[in-house]
Amino acid sequence: MEAITSRIGHGQVLLADGAIGSLLMTRGLPRGAPPEGVNLEHPEILEEIARLYLEAGAEIIQTNTFGASPLKLANYGLAGQAVAINENAVRAVRRAVGEQAYLSASCGPSGRILQPYGDTDAETILASFITQMRALIGAGADIICVETMSDINEAQLAIQAARSVSTSIPVMATMTFEATARGFFTIMGVTIEKACRELEKAGADLLGSNCGNGSLQMVAIAKEFRKFTSLPLLIQANAGVPELRSGQVYYPETPEYMAEMVRELIGAGVAVIGGCCGTTPDHIRAMRKVVDEEMQHRQGIPEN
Amino acid sequence: MKILKQIAQCLESGDEAGVPPLVRQALTEGIVPKTILDDGLIAGMNTVGEKFRVHDIFLPDVLLAAKAMYAGMDVLKPLLLSAGVSSRGRVVIGSVQGDLHDIGKNLVAIMLKGAGFEVIDLGNDVSAEKFVTAAKNNDARVIGMSALLTTTMPVMKEVVDLLKKESLSGKIKTIIGGAPVSQNYAGEIGADAYGYDCAQAVAGVKKLAAAVQ
Repeated sequence: MEAITSRIGHGQVLLADGAIGSLLMTRGLPRGAPPEGVNLEHPEILEEIARLYLEAGAEIIQTNTFGASPLKLANYGLAGQAVAINENAVRAVRRAVGEQAYLSASCGPSGRILQPYGDTDAETILASFITQMRALIGAGADIICVETMSDINEAQLAIQAARSVSTSIPVMATMTFEATARGFFTIMGVTIEKACRELEKAGADLLGSNCGNGSLQMVAIAKEFRKFTSLPLLIQANAGVPELRSGQVYYPETPEYMAEMVRELIGAGVAVIGGCCGTTPDHIRAMRKVVDEEMQHRQGIPEN
Repeated sequence: MKILKQIAQCLESGDEAGVPPLVRQALTEGIVPKTILDDGLIAGMNTVGEKFRVHDIFLPDVLLAAKAMYAGMDVLKPLLLSAGVSSRGRVVIGSVQGDLHDIGKNLVAIMLKGAGFEVIDLGNDVSAEKFVTAAKNNDARVIGMSALLTTTMPVMKEVVDLLKKESLSGKIKTIIGGAPVSQNYAGEIGADAYGYDCAQAVAGVKKLAAAVQ
């Protein structure tokens, strides 16, 4: 399979998958239980979900390892099983997708706050990420996706951990921003400009944002990223800002709406587009169509 | 009382080492501990909470200010106790999901301690059962719950329902807060109060705790 970075280099836009958590819940994951517990007990569910997204047209399928760093798993007493949790997740997706899609291994925040603001030192967080990265890369991940970060230092540690295990594996890195009157910031106060500079410095191959925002804000975020980096961009929007309707969580953005917004994202120069919270295989299917149309349109225009 | 303003400003700038000497200075100037707490430390923390809410400052500043607040409270605590400033009662507090987004809850916990409550902080990912059990075991008057994600909000309703089921409604009051939560939602699930921000949450807990007595 051609390397993802070279495909993007040729101007292709790649479609990633959507949310996993909600699909796990409809398959019996109790609320409050760690989503990664499934990796030990029911990896076949991960396989099924990966297949759903593959059939919907995703070319990048993510593992269920967002919270699978030992530090984060320690909240559930699962730190000792971190290696198996990460390996099982990679193997389950591989069984489902083979070589038909890129296998992207997710790595979310440790849940700890770095000193001097919090109580955890950088070495502890780095060691935790290295354990996770070794398992993910060792089990055969094609890409590492460091995601939903708020603290630039923690994001850098995660990238550093991936790089310490493999110098060649493509690393994508996303942070989660809030719109404020003074522009976009993470909750830790990181601007998009700073994110671009520091993530690039740490060795990320793709940069961008996921979670926290619906499609419209994500287009604005993508444009802001484009101002500060020439690296390919990755965007995974939520299906809008969730509302509670008679006790049920409801994400307002329909597959059709998100698919139309894909045109805007491609127009803003985004190379990898996927979905975050609230997105489903139906969203990805609708987005697939638009990506294909846009790619055909692009091919129709002679290069100058 | 220039010194109280200095304490507040020092706390706002997150100067953990700077606050205790100022607090001691205020004491030597003859200001009573309760006033130093209310008009120095808590006043400063209120400003921090407000600035955070409007994105003037971010989490790192809040965390440093909180450390400075605790450093100041360490100086005052023994004096407040010996002065016989009694506890306003116990409050169980927790976030219904887990990550660094529990800062809102942490801020409220700090302010409640400052306001004279004994706070039992259950941390993150707290289940309905855990909230209610902790409140019963600790003889708490109020349960404070925070949520940042809509997906975890239903836990708040479970707590209210569980209290009702165990005939504890009225004996243990509930207050909720967090970005996706509203006064409307509090009404919908039958929570006793809603805190829009830190200051409102603390005021709400005071009112509820007094009603339980």
